[in-house]
Amino acid sequence: MKVSLRANPLYATIGVLASLFAVASFSYEGFFSLRVVANLFTDSSFLGVTALGMTVVILSKGIDLSVGSVIGFTTILVAYLVQDAGVPVPVAWGIALVIGVIFGAGMGALIVFYDLPSFLVTLGGLFFAKGMGFVISSSSIGIQNGFYDAVLDFQLQVGPGAYLGAGALAFIVFFVFCVCLLKWSRFGRYVYAVGGNEDSARLMGLPVDQVKIGVYAFNGFCSALAGILTTLYMGSGNPLTGVGMELDAIAAVVIGGTLLTGGIGGATGTLLGVLTFAVIQTILNFDGRFKPAFLRIAIAALLLGFILTQRALARGKE
Amino acid sequence: MSKAAESTVSKKSLRDNPLIWPLAGLALVIAFNLVTGPEFFSVSVRDGHLYGNLVDIFSQGARVMLLALGMTLVIATGGVDLSVGAVMAIGGALAATFVTQMGYGLYVALPITLIIVGTLGFFNGAMVVFGKIQPIIATLILMVAGRGVALLITDSDVVKIQDPAFLYLGKGYILGIPFSLWLVAVIFLVMAVSIRKTALGLLIEAVGDNEHASRFSGIEAGRLKLIVYAVCGALAGLAGVLDAASVSAADPMRVGELKELDAIFAVVIGGTALTGGRFLLFGSILGAILLQALTLTLYNAGVSAAVAPVPKAIVIVGVCLLQSERFRKQITNITKFGGKAS
Repeated sequence: MKVSLRANPLYATIGVLASLFAVASFSYEGFFSLRVVANLFTDSSFLGVTALGMTVVILSKGIDLSVGSVIGFTTILVAYLVQDAGVPVPVAWGIALVIGVIFGAGMGALIVFYDLPSFLVTLGGLFFAKGMGFVISSSSIGIQNGFYDAVLDFQLQVGPGAYLGAGALAFIVFFVFCVCLLKWSRFGRYVYAVGGNEDSARLMGLPVDQVKIGVYAFNGFCSALAGILTTLYMGSGNPLTGVGMELDAIAAVVIGGTLLTGGIGGATGTLLGVLTFAVIQTILNFDGRFKPAFLRIAIAALLLGFILTQRALARGKE
Repeated sequence: MSKAAESTVSKKSLRDNPLIWPLAGLALVIAFNLVTGPEFFSVSVRDGHLYGNLVDIFSQGARVMLLALGMTLVIATGGVDLSVGAVMAIGGALAATFVTQMGYGLYVALPITLIIVGTLGFFNGAMVVFGKIQPIIATLILMVAGRGVALLITDSDVVKIQDPAFLYLGKGYILGIPFSLWLVAVIFLVMAVSIRKTALGLLIEAVGDNEHASRFSGIEAGRLKLIVYAVCGALAGLAGVLDAASVSAADPMRVGELKELDAIFAVVIGGTALTGGRFLLFGSILGAILLQALTLTLYNAGVSAAVAPVPKAIVIVGVCLLQSERFRKQITNITKFGGKAS
């Protein structure tokens, strides 16, 4: 019973993704190509990394609304360090990642030690990171740097006219890492246990508090990494980047079949959810008739559909 | 935690009165301004209207007050509504489009707008009640879709408003006091009377405290929640209309951005428990005033609008900490060092 519940939402995601792609392939010339598929990964690299972090948070029955702001903060921080302060790129990236981890761990500590609701603390985090981004610079900073150019020039040819850039490769590598982390590491199993039933996990002697703080620290790392990938993608930093990204990430996770009630789901589903997101976006780009506003409405409709399906499945189990 | 507890609050120690926190916060802000620049408090009369920072706090805070009033009820039932910012955008866009492009009078456009946004709130409630979806997620859907809907309504444009009756909502004065403030006062009084003078408040607190038990005692928790979410939606839409009126334009992209956070924070600072149950409408009004006073003080101190969220976040997390049992114990332990702290 449990196995089918775990697998079913994934089938639904695969079905939606495949049919969207099939319909688009028949409707638009040139859609069915390796180039489009490769671009799906490139365009969704930063959303993908955030969504993977969000997956771990949601699996532990938490939520993190600060990711969009942390991404915006990271882009402007990296751009400032590299462009204005002359810090070597790897050092700047390292600083950004460390700040992301500390920020996430701080929020996690507040949530755990003072028993505060996660959405409230991370809302505070959203405000904080958003404002701090503007403290660094209120306008966009372009990055002109040899290292960045070298990274951007690096492209892996996967087929005729189809290239995977550094961002897409980083996303794929990180995805594999997350699958392994959740499946085979002790931390991953603890996350499932805490999300499934926190009280049982505590009674079993699992270090629940540490796991929960670890989850938010990991997500802070993911947000910072996503911010770095965003600077690669856009070649600039801007404190306004990432507004609303937390919603996109949550939507991708839910569409990927991870239950919002915690404990069930995984990274593979999130990858499919992110790709679904990217396919819808690509369709809107291919078809000029749709206004950009449709993207949000389409995502919301999908989100509603999947949540209701999850409810129905969960009720079937009861 | 119900009416009985609240009425005896004045007899208990001052620290247990939930209104003490927003009042203390306000006192801090006022003290800060007294020291740094007393001209903050100057109120002048121009053209028979009151002008000055204090008036601005109230008139600009009117929107957040409306949001906070609706949000208070939702949070009291143990829920939360993240969609109020997006609903604000929809409300402003709808009313502006009705009046400017379709030529309806405000007396037609405003009721239709409020009915539509109220229905949107009702759908939020329906997802929570019938779909049994967690409120954060149920309202997240409208939060995501709402801005798209608002953009569709105005065709992605900013709608300029010239209708004098419409603009009066945001810029008019009665007896020297902004019209929007009168509106909030009337709505607050109506809500306070209908909630505290009837059993409604008790029922809402019962649902928020223990929904299961309330249902066994014959309270229709579902219907109550539907009403509460609908009211929250309608008030958010009205706030959007006021916002559009005060800047003479409805901008579907910018209106209400991050306002859901302001509303939640006003409610939390005002002493309403996030876990549901006890709620204080007046506390939320105070919370909204505190938030606005803080924002304005920061502007005056030269902190740019974009950076303002940082101190806001610190205040909010600080207030949450003060409400946390364990944090209070830690503080008492530190202050009563060596004593027999509980």
